Amino acid sequence: MSLVNFTAREITCKIVYYGPGRSGKTTNLQYVYGRVPEGRRGRMVSLATQTDRTLFFDFLPLELGSISGFTTKFQLYTVPGQSYYNATRKLVLQGADGVVFVADSQARRFDDNLESLQNLQDNLLSEGVDIRQLPVVFQYNKQDLPTDLILAPAEMDDALNFRAVPSFGADSLHGTGVFETLRGISEMVLKRLAAGTAVA
Amino acid sequence: MTVTLNPLYRFETFVVGAANRLAVTAAKAVAEAPGTVYNPLFIYARPGLGKTHLLMGVGHAARSINPRLAVEYLTLDEFVEAFHAAIAAGQGEAYRKRFLDVDLLLVDDVQFLTHRREMQAELLRLTDALQTANRQIVLTSDRPPAEIEALDERLIRRFAGGLIIDVAAPDYETRVAILRRKAEERRAAFAEGVLEAVAGLGIDNVRELLGALNRMIAHQAVSDAPISPAEARELIGGTAGRRSGGVEHSEPSVPTAPSEPEPVAAAAVPPTPRGAEQDEFSDFLSEIHATVAQQVDAWRTQIGAAILRWQGEGYRTGRLEALLDSDVAPDPDQAIQGFERDVERLRTMELEAAELAPELAGSPAFRDPAEMSAAEALLLRARNGAVPPPAPSPIWQLADVVEGAGTRVALEAARVVVQEPGARYNPLVLVGGSGAGKTHLLHAIGNLLAGQCLGSVACLSAPEFTAELIDAIDRDAVSAWRQRYRRCVALLLDDVHLIGEKDRTQDELFLLFNLLVESGRQLIFTSATAPAGIAGLEARLRTRLEGGLMVELPPPDPEVREAVVERELIARVGSLDPELAAYLASRPADSVRVVVAQLQRVLNAAEARGQGATAALAREVLDGVPPAPVARKPGANRSSGIVAPTAGGARSREKTVWEWPEIGDRLLEEWR
Repeated sequence: MSLVNFTAREITCKIVYYGPGRSGKTTNLQYVYGRVPEGRRGRMVSLATQTDRTLFFDFLPLELGSISGFTTKFQLYTVPGQSYYNATRKLVLQGADGVVFVADSQARRFDDNLESLQNLQDNLLSEGVDIRQLPVVFQYNKQDLPTDLILAPAEMDDALNFRAVPSFGADSLHGTGVFETLRGISEMVLKRLAAGTAVA
Repeated sequence: MTVTLNPLYRFETFVVGAANRLAVTAAKAVAEAPGTVYNPLFIYARPGLGKTHLLMGVGHAARSINPRLAVEYLTLDEFVEAFHAAIAAGQGEAYRKRFLDVDLLLVDDVQFLTHRREMQAELLRLTDALQTANRQIVLTSDRPPAEIEALDERLIRRFAGGLIIDVAAPDYETRVAILRRKAEERRAAFAEGVLEAVAGLGIDNVRELLGALNRMIAHQAVSDAPISPAEARELIGGTAGRRSGGVEHSEPSVPTAPSEPEPVAAAAVPPTPRGAEQDEFSDFLSEIHATVAQQVDAWRTQIGAAILRWQGEGYRTGRLEALLDSDVAPDPDQAIQGFERDVERLRTMELEAAELAPELAGSPAFRDPAEMSAAEALLLRARNGAVPPPAPSPIWQLADVVEGAGTRVALEAARVVVQEPGARYNPLVLVGGSGAGKTHLLHAIGNLLAGQCLGSVACLSAPEFTAELIDAIDRDAVSAWRQRYRRCVALLLDDVHLIGEKDRTQDELFLLFNLLVESGRQLIFTSATAPAGIAGLEARLRTRLEGGLMVELPPPDPEVREAVVERELIARVGSLDPELAAYLASRPADSVRVVVAQLQRVLNAAEARGQGATAALAREVLDGVPPAPVARKPGANRSSGIVAPTAGGARSREKTVWEWPEIGDRLLEEWR
């Protein structure tokens, strides 16, 4: 997918929220959805199971309007976290311009985080994408939980973020760190746009 | 409330160096035509590098060009104060109107816009209004717009749409220039090397540099002896060294905490009020806008910088400006490279044209890469209009050269050269004594080469060549002179033995020789002696002359002499007297010219006496013997016509004069 379309004068960024089940990916999107003025947001598509778990994926289109003559659109996706939906995750990952890895800060979910991160790498690799070349940020969610249950962002960094990409502590239910995360990934994606422009 | 322009802050007092040349050029362009180029112009630089000076310089210059221009200078703080006062007095509209009437608005220190949303909105409105009315706005800041914290992305876009340019720290040379100028302004004299020593301390903040100068002036005023470079270093170095890298940030830094009440910070811990929620998204949007604008509009900045650079060098940049007007992002690198290629071509053409015709240097036609054809036409005109080098004389034709045993080789070589110029015998060197027919043959070959219409054939004597060179040196036009010969298809140089000891001529000939031979163009020389015998001829030239074909033209043998006499008799008298012809041919002569001169003497005498030219008359005239046939011993034949005869001294002298072929040759002989 081309990030910048000079003919149509359009910039489209596809950002995928990835992470283990119940880490709060959909909550992130819902918070963003709640803060976007009506005219700017498309209909949030959410296919949920009866127990409110993401069955397929969530999709939130954001119209950011015309910037320097370019119609700028952000498409935010989440993937279903449960391990048995891997085919869907692969599908959603296709053509992603950036990935937000939403990790669950609870200590007991430590292994799930690692597994999901490994899964992300594998899925990207199967698409021919090297995770080192793709803009990725980490969000350590649920930082509002009692400190004896969770790992601090620094500890999470030690465990997951070995390439020292930007990371954000967050409480997506209440919105802390949600926009910071989105801003972080957007900036990385758009900075890559410069290199893309030179080639285009 | 508005600060008037400081009379000292003018372009004339601004020391221009590599670091600020672009900014000064842009500022001048804006001052000369406010509202038409680079609107808005945004200048940023670290403190103490001359932002305010430049800004006021724009005001002064614009006013001096158009005294009726409404110029307003103010700092951002004043701008804010005025706004608050106007709002408090319920005169918001009056405030806006006041600035809308300004032709040239100069706003200093816009970095203080940080977190002042309402002022940003006001400035945005004002910028738009001024731009629409073609009025100029110039802003300065200590950092680029994108780095001004929480600056509205629309403002960033407006600034990027004009020109954003920075002023870097002055280099050593500029620092010396600044110190000298300021010392001069303050009528302070320093010992040699003092200012250079201070400039060498690495203080790259101009304000601090002037502080150092002040300290030195003060120090010198109270001490008896003038300050020495070492003392200056000690005096200034002590204070400069304490600063980090000698850079001072004397201006107040941008406040990190906003001075005005700001909306509640975004991403606050819930519960969040509705307004703050909206702001969270707005902040995000604003940042995304800024990032995208930076990335997408990077090409505008790049092309803007290129325009400035080339305008600064005096080239027209309409082609690049047209790109800025277009809405579509081009490939800036490609556009700029294409432009630079054309500028390079223009430069080459200008150089050549200036060599051909010095008055063409700096012609506007060589300054517009959009009009390459005009430059090409001008160069062509210069090429055509350039004086061609001396051509061979048409009176010498190859058909007139009498072929004999001695001349056969030379004639054959000449024919080959004419058939394949530059290919077979290059150079061809014709060696022979005076009057042997070298010059004749040389010009004859030249005429045939010229007849091939391959280009101009230069044919001249070595003394003429030297004289032209001296004249060119005198007129400082050696390059043009060289070009004339470098364009020739053949160079024919007569009497090359005369360039011995003439070092510069030999140098030039050497260069020309190499260039012509390498490009397959023919060189022919004549010489009275073989190259090895030319005194003062550099070995590099001698070996080159010997490297081609050297042909000797011996004195005419009887066969040639007879042919010459017969031809001349038929040409001048119309009939052939075999006895006369045989007599004249039998007389010794070391050159064709002598043979012809002898015949001429006989004809002159015949005309004077009113009788026909006969062998008897010839004997009387040439040998000084009465017409009666006298039996002569074969050994009595003189070896040459110029040996004194048996008759009296007066006649002898007369004869001597008569028998000198030409005055020019005689002079050359004597000179030799």
